[in-house]
Amino acid sequence: MIQFDAVHKRFPNGTTAVHDLTLEMPEGGVTVLVGTSGCGKTTTLRMINRMVEPTSGTIRVGGRDVTRQDAAELRRSIGYVIQQAGLFPHRTVLDNIATVPLLLGWNRKKARARAAELLETVGLTADAGRRYPHQLSGGQQQRVGVARALAADPPVLLMDEPFGAVDPVVRAQLQDELLRLQQELSKTIVFVTHDIDEAVRLGDQIAVFRTGGHLVQCASPAELLARPADDFVADFLGAERGLKLLSLKTLADVPRGPAPEGGVWTLVLDEANRPLHWASKETEIPLRPLKDTDSLLAALDESVASPTGLIVRVDADGVLTGVSSRDDIHEHAGRAHTQARVAA
Amino acid sequence: MSVDWSWIGDHTDELTSLTVSHLQAALSAVFFGVLISLPLAVIAHRIRPLRGLLLGISNVLFTIPSIAIFVLLLPVSGLTRTTTVIGLTIYTLVVLLRNTVEGLDSVPAKTKEAAKAMGTRPLRTLLTVEFPLALPVIMAGVRIATVMSISLVSVATYIGDGGLGQLFTDGFQRNFPTPVIVGVVLTILLAVVADALLVALQYVLTPWRRRRT
Repeated sequence: MIQFDAVHKRFPNGTTAVHDLTLEMPEGGVTVLVGTSGCGKTTTLRMINRMVEPTSGTIRVGGRDVTRQDAAELRRSIGYVIQQAGLFPHRTVLDNIATVPLLLGWNRKKARARAAELLETVGLTADAGRRYPHQLSGGQQQRVGVARALAADPPVLLMDEPFGAVDPVVRAQLQDELLRLQQELSKTIVFVTHDIDEAVRLGDQIAVFRTGGHLVQCASPAELLARPADDFVADFLGAERGLKLLSLKTLADVPRGPAPEGGVWTLVLDEANRPLHWASKETEIPLRPLKDTDSLLAALDESVASPTGLIVRVDADGVLTGVSSRDDIHEHAGRAHTQARVAA
Repeated sequence: MSVDWSWIGDHTDELTSLTVSHLQAALSAVFFGVLISLPLAVIAHRIRPLRGLLLGISNVLFTIPSIAIFVLLLPVSGLTRTTTVIGLTIYTLVVLLRNTVEGLDSVPAKTKEAAKAMGTRPLRTLLTVEFPLALPVIMAGVRIATVMSISLVSVATYIGDGGLGQLFTDGFQRNFPTPVIVGVVLTILLAVVADALLVALQYVLTPWRRRRT
């Protein structure tokens, strides 16, 4: 757990970057710091590993005051991922990943073996390990950045806009992988971004900052979307707050029924009972089968596109489990909103 | 102006020893120049106010005529190889210091920042991140300093040293062009070979710059 207690940061030029911040970042959870530029979110992150020293107040990582520890040793115990990866251009990918283990005094062979293992963890080939950073794509470099941060298995990971410099498709992939990794590793992650969608997607808790280093609201994504503390937060969350909330809810609890028979549209299945498309006498319309883990937002989207207003639901193997109507989804979506408000 | 080939044949031993002596003087100067420049460049790079001062001093030293430097050094180290090397070293500083400072400046802030954030201490960052990344610019300075020193050694003939430069005095005094031509050719050859070797050395030392994609 990371605890900020009445932390203040004033820079020598007189600007206050962080104003009286008291905040807890829970063990094993992802805390996302969001806000407009200059709101102090990056400064907050950088105070955790003492890249920036607080003017007053205390910061504890795992119960220990960071300013009472040797800065270099503290940093080795905290993974750090920065935008555009910040890789060492003169070291191979493998040696980049092995940086912290080598600083901790592991022998080269062991450090390289660990690096090779991490290369696989972040989805890169062994061949990439022998390359130099400039020979990789932006997305691949970012993966190396994550692997480097994980190398010595630190309990805490700091990520400063790590996916800000890659295109949206790659960014979505990297976000998925981070969520997958996090399920396995349960690190205490502090993640800075200015992208609210990224925050909602990744965060267990989101802290919204306002210019001048004020923390405005810290809450779970659902709570934040359902009950923004003030107009600033509401503006920051954007106009489609309701839809964003639906992206957090899964389809699992929406009731399902049997596929309709005898209407204009027939659901066509293959021999293994996997849905293929909707068919009428004249035409065929493609469909996107949805699993229970898909979001209500995806279901709503699919129901709008479907000629029958029905979404087609499948199990993990893609086998038909039933259909749900637009009304079922709407009703459930409404309930999700009410629940989020009540819970908040 | 014709070359007397038999003179060359008769003097191979002397030519060899002069070439070796010439190269030794030049390389010693570059070696000490690098040794002095590295720490000074780190100071100039880290402490902004000293930067102008140190670079200014190296510039001023460079403007002193070479013969004057040797004369000024005579009371200190006399008519010796030491005088030659000190004089040449002073000249190498102007390029070596400037290029080393510029090399250190060229290391991306992001990279130094990453090293620090990973928990690398300043000295280790300097040795394992900053110097390697500054190397191409530093090596450019070393190449210039080497070629410059090889051509300057001859000036030390004035104090009885001068390697291949002695061939020029010899040729002029006797109005016999062969030693002069041989001296010029050997000096150029030394410079070209030394430069080629430095290029090769840089290639070996900077593997990350080879396979550009």
